[in-house]
Amino acid sequence: MAKRNLVEAINRGLMEEMERDSSVVILGEDVGREGGVFRVTDGLQAKFGGERVIDTPLAESGIVGTAFGMGVKGLRPVAEIQFEGFLPPAMDQIMSHVARIRTRSRGRFTCPLVIRSPFGGGIHAPEHHSDSPEAIFIHTPGIKVVIPASPYDAKGLIKAAIRDPDPVLFFEPKRIYRAIKEEVPDEDYTVPIGKAKMVREGKDITIVSWGAMVREALRAAEMVEKEGIQAEVIDLRTLSPLDEDVFLDSVRKTGRAIIVQEAPRTCGLGAEISARINEKALLSLEAPVERITGFDTIVPLLKLENHYLPSPERIIRGIRKAMSF
Amino acid sequence: MIEKFDPLKGEMLRILHPDGLVEENLRPDLGDETIQRLHKQVLFIRMMDQKALTLQRQGRMGTYAPVQGQEAAQVGSAYALGKGDWVFPSFRETGVLYMRGVPVRDIYLYWMGDERGARVPEDVFVFPISVPVGTHPLHATGAAWAAKLRKEKICTIAYFGDGATSEGDFHEAMNFAGVFQLPVLFFCQNNQYAISVPRKKQTASKTIAQKAIAYGFGGIQVDGNDLLAVYAATREGREKALAGGGPTLIEAVTYRFGPHTTADDPSKYRKEEEVEEWKALDPVIRLQRYLAGRGLWTENLEKKNREEAEEIINRAVAEAEAMPAPQIEDIFRYTYAEMTPVLKEQLNDYLTFIKERES
Repeated sequence: MAKRNLVEAINRGLMEEMERDSSVVILGEDVGREGGVFRVTDGLQAKFGGERVIDTPLAESGIVGTAFGMGVKGLRPVAEIQFEGFLPPAMDQIMSHVARIRTRSRGRFTCPLVIRSPFGGGIHAPEHHSDSPEAIFIHTPGIKVVIPASPYDAKGLIKAAIRDPDPVLFFEPKRIYRAIKEEVPDEDYTVPIGKAKMVREGKDITIVSWGAMVREALRAAEMVEKEGIQAEVIDLRTLSPLDEDVFLDSVRKTGRAIIVQEAPRTCGLGAEISARINEKALLSLEAPVERITGFDTIVPLLKLENHYLPSPERIIRGIRKAMSF
Repeated sequence: MIEKFDPLKGEMLRILHPDGLVEENLRPDLGDETIQRLHKQVLFIRMMDQKALTLQRQGRMGTYAPVQGQEAAQVGSAYALGKGDWVFPSFRETGVLYMRGVPVRDIYLYWMGDERGARVPEDVFVFPISVPVGTHPLHATGAAWAAKLRKEKICTIAYFGDGATSEGDFHEAMNFAGVFQLPVLFFCQNNQYAISVPRKKQTASKTIAQKAIAYGFGGIQVDGNDLLAVYAATREGREKALAGGGPTLIEAVTYRFGPHTTADDPSKYRKEEEVEEWKALDPVIRLQRYLAGRGLWTENLEKKNREEAEEIINRAVAEAEAMPAPQIEDIFRYTYAEMTPVLKEQLNDYLTFIKERES
């Protein structure tokens, strides 16, 4: 067993799936010779050749649209969109076709396509390189949305995504690409799509999060432990379909909940989670559900970026507010 | 000239040869004093770019997209524009920005991660750089359309690279411009790579210039390291646009000496020998050879030019770094003409948090 970071874990998962299934192909900008701008596909073209790890022309709609065609015609394509900020040109393909083909053809055609894209801020990147657009895709019926927050899960989830019969948008939290190392087995394993994970147990308050924010939530939980507050932290892992049982059970136990989301506040996934808690666990609540989120603004460039990103301090403030209600 | 050089036949306009000799019959109407001044500006941009790379390495600047190798393409085209023309740049247009009057301090400020650097002075018609590749030729087309409808005697110009020509938006821009005969210049700096992907994997066309033919207007391939050729083609395209002749596509064949951005290692995808071959075609040295051949370049003059440039550049860096930090309010202020109630609430809540933290 080896210690791997998120980049290495996804790379390993992709490699194993390509070895296991010759219909798996990778396509995108700079994924081949360059091995991806974050090196997630490093070494794969050398190993599997240019017909299975394909450097495409620079066109996101082209990448997703042709990957869709490959997917309905028997391949299992893994398309990379280099940064989440370049997903918009591919939106027509994703929303109008990828997510709808099963419904539109009454199940005759399906598209087992994975679209990988690094997302989120915190790396001092230029404009259009720090967004968190997951809610747009959660709001698109027909496509699943998966976000790993740890290397172990990243490998298991990318493998599950490739094997899934439906299209999966696989967002990779670029801020923690190399920040966390943990044991990632070389053996074949998957992490099921649609299952959240409790990553820290506590009895006083539930923190629901995903992606790079899980780490911030865990930091906050550790810090409030000194004040005698035991926070339970849940990593959603799959955002669509949402595994509500894990956070509802937790809230029924703790009576308090906060949601930590890097994306803009309005109509983010936090709003949906809050609504479900209200619908299904209202009588367990001892305080209103808190949301710690990005602002309803464009993510600022590096000089102001830290103000935008939810920090452990802001999460702690939310915890205290909920605890003292 | 645009009609004389047929991209389908592999004809490329070159006026100033790498050895500094000039095709006199093609030479545009630029006096030697002007060329001397343009050389000074080309040199300035090279140094300004180098400074940005140094600042980035020292952690004083964010990710930066260097321009070295492409200075003649940028200076020659920008110099051919009129004062009121609108420029729609991509992220590798430091030279164009400088030529069009964007303050050096602001160019640095932007790459230091401060949005205030993206606001150009009132009399400067340069759009914020477009990071999403190939999206902005449409904007230049729309602005040209507006100018035509408003009967303004200006043209617009979109700057983009070879990679951008693969994007659907690029083709839509070309098509609209052709259909409506709009006064827009599509200026492609074909620097041979879109990050790691070489030009030949970007399109099966022999040239990018020939793509104009399919959209019903003229396209020309020019030696992008030849300032005189770039200037001549842009000037002619502009005159044609203003006379109601519609758009032109100019493909400036050039090379990026450096990485795609400071986050990239080009040794992964190209050979050092290739870089060396292009360095022999260095646009700065080519102009220097031309001037030296006419007794208009000396080492002393070069030294003086460099010293002057260094002083301006250092002052701009000092000014950028001396700027007080941007305000938290700036995150919210420009989202709408008026801050919405929900934005006010979020801002106030955050400012309260900051106060609590400080107390």
